[in-house]
Amino acid sequence: MSAEDTLLYLDGVSVSFDGFRALNSLSLVMMPGEMRAIIGPNGAGKTTMMDVITGKTRPDHGTILFEGATDLTKLREASIANLGIGRKFQRPTVFEPHTVWDNLELALKAPRGPLKTLTYAIGRDDKARIEEILDVTRLSPKRDRIAGSLSHGEKQWLEIGMLLAQDPKLLLVDEPVAGMTDAETEQTAQLLCDIAGKHSVIVVEHDMSFVRALGVKVTVLAEGSVLAEGSLDAVSANQQVIDVYLGR
Amino acid sequence: MLTRFFLMGLDRKAGVVLTILALLAVLVPVSTLLVPADSPFHLSIFTVSLLGKYLCFALLALALDLVWGYCGILSLGHAAFFALGGYAMGMHLMRQIGPRGVYGNPVLPDFMVFLNWTELPWYWLGFDHFWFAALMVLAVPGALAFAFGWFAFRSRVTGVYLSIITQAMTFALLLAFFRNDMGFGGNNGLTDFKEILGADIQAPGTRVGLFVATVVALALSYMIASGIIGSKLGKVLVAVRDTESRVRFLGYNTEHYKLFAWTLSACMAGVAGALYVPQVGIINPSEFAPASSIEAVIWVAVGGRGTLAGAILGAVLVNFGKSYFTGALPELWLFALGGLFVAVTLFLPKGLLGLGAQLMARMPKSKSLPNGKPADQKGM
Repeated sequence: MSAEDTLLYLDGVSVSFDGFRALNSLSLVMMPGEMRAIIGPNGAGKTTMMDVITGKTRPDHGTILFEGATDLTKLREASIANLGIGRKFQRPTVFEPHTVWDNLELALKAPRGPLKTLTYAIGRDDKARIEEILDVTRLSPKRDRIAGSLSHGEKQWLEIGMLLAQDPKLLLVDEPVAGMTDAETEQTAQLLCDIAGKHSVIVVEHDMSFVRALGVKVTVLAEGSVLAEGSLDAVSANQQVIDVYLGR
Repeated sequence: MLTRFFLMGLDRKAGVVLTILALLAVLVPVSTLLVPADSPFHLSIFTVSLLGKYLCFALLALALDLVWGYCGILSLGHAAFFALGGYAMGMHLMRQIGPRGVYGNPVLPDFMVFLNWTELPWYWLGFDHFWFAALMVLAVPGALAFAFGWFAFRSRVTGVYLSIITQAMTFALLLAFFRNDMGFGGNNGLTDFKEILGADIQAPGTRVGLFVATVVALALSYMIASGIIGSKLGKVLVAVRDTESRVRFLGYNTEHYKLFAWTLSACMAGVAGALYVPQVGIINPSEFAPASSIEAVIWVAVGGRGTLAGAILGAVLVNFGKSYFTGALPELWLFALGGLFVAVTLFLPKGLLGLGAQLMARMPKSKSLPNGKPADQKGM
């Protein structure tokens, strides 16, 4: 497979922190429009992988290409985000003093320079887009609430909503259902599947029933590299995967 | 578009602030110049200059609140921008003295004659024009802030480390301006001013004019600051303050935002210094002292960080307290200031204005309930 057709292409990516190899020659390929679930034990390098893709951490070795051409290892966070890579953090990170509406307005795809934002006045299209996202994330009744006052699950959804507002080509979603009730988990799976139609998504998750509900290709990480890849049933049957992850 | 920008930031709080400033701009000149001296409503020229000084400090506090309260940059060196603006104005006033100096040299200020200098250093050229000095009042603090911020923010120096560098910056300037061969009057600074824009600087009319100019500058800066806070840019700044990395992942270059607020704030501080110097009649290196910058932080903390109006309130109240204490109980002032800061940090984390807002929030609730208004509508 050539790198040109891919959306995201990681080859031989390694990162060490004080001698600890968080990523060990990791290779991963995402096609446009694909949705992928990443599972693995704690310390397998799931979050570090997101860090190197989004520019938070620089890899020691390896290639990371976006859309087959752009070298992400040379860019800073903001540039990478503007290429069309959005990220949702493990702990929901929303702008707590702002209202739900303002959170979405800040995330909404629009010019990002200081002078452009100083003179920004929300237009009809932008309003409609925010309304649409409020509906999708079921936050419409709470639009004027301060984000800091939302429940944990609502914050998770608001952050997913902010990702949608960014309209990225690739969404990186880190543990979206951590701390959610079963009903919320189910709704979140539905929400992500809806999103996946229009965007490529990488979901990192521990919750196996959630991964099952997504019903997509699964990559198992362990000790910083790929242990197995395939459908959930196939990797669940893999003896190595059972040994390092599922069996415990 | 400009009117929209200004109107956007004007909420009820801004209305109160601007009304008070407008009243000051009218009542103070009237009671100084028109009310007879034996009337209880008469204000002495001394009081007017004192009030003008407080409002200069209020403008410095406002500038500091813009970066500290809304952008999370705790500057412990903001008095440096204030002093640079003051020096730019002081240099103009020195040139205005002309041959009326002690040595009677038409070009060189007295201290240069005293040091046996024969010609004006290049960086004094142009300061004989008011417009040039006014430009430098903005440009010098602005350029220093831009260069400083460019390197500091790009290198992602934040928090206490950044505060320490700002402190080092003002300390370095303090030492530099103390040196006689820098050409800024050394230890004694610049003083003995005669006139500003052709008017006698000691005349009551000039003093009142300077006071009104200070009120206008404060009001304009307040409108600019609240316009920014009310815009999307202001929301990004607050987001940067709380979770900078999250803002980066949304695609905002947070360095540019910080640089914008930081540079603008330095320019405001420069204007405050430029208005301060003709009213107190002197600028010397002690304005660069780290303690001056730290005092400004205390004003903002006392009034209420991140409220704009609180910065103004805090600066005026603390400086009023300082004037009173240093007259009545001079040896106790520093203890009072230190105690105030500790008390505010422990008991009023949101400052006086935050306390006021808390009390206000409690009052209408108990009133509106009997009217059958749902209580939760308040938050909407």
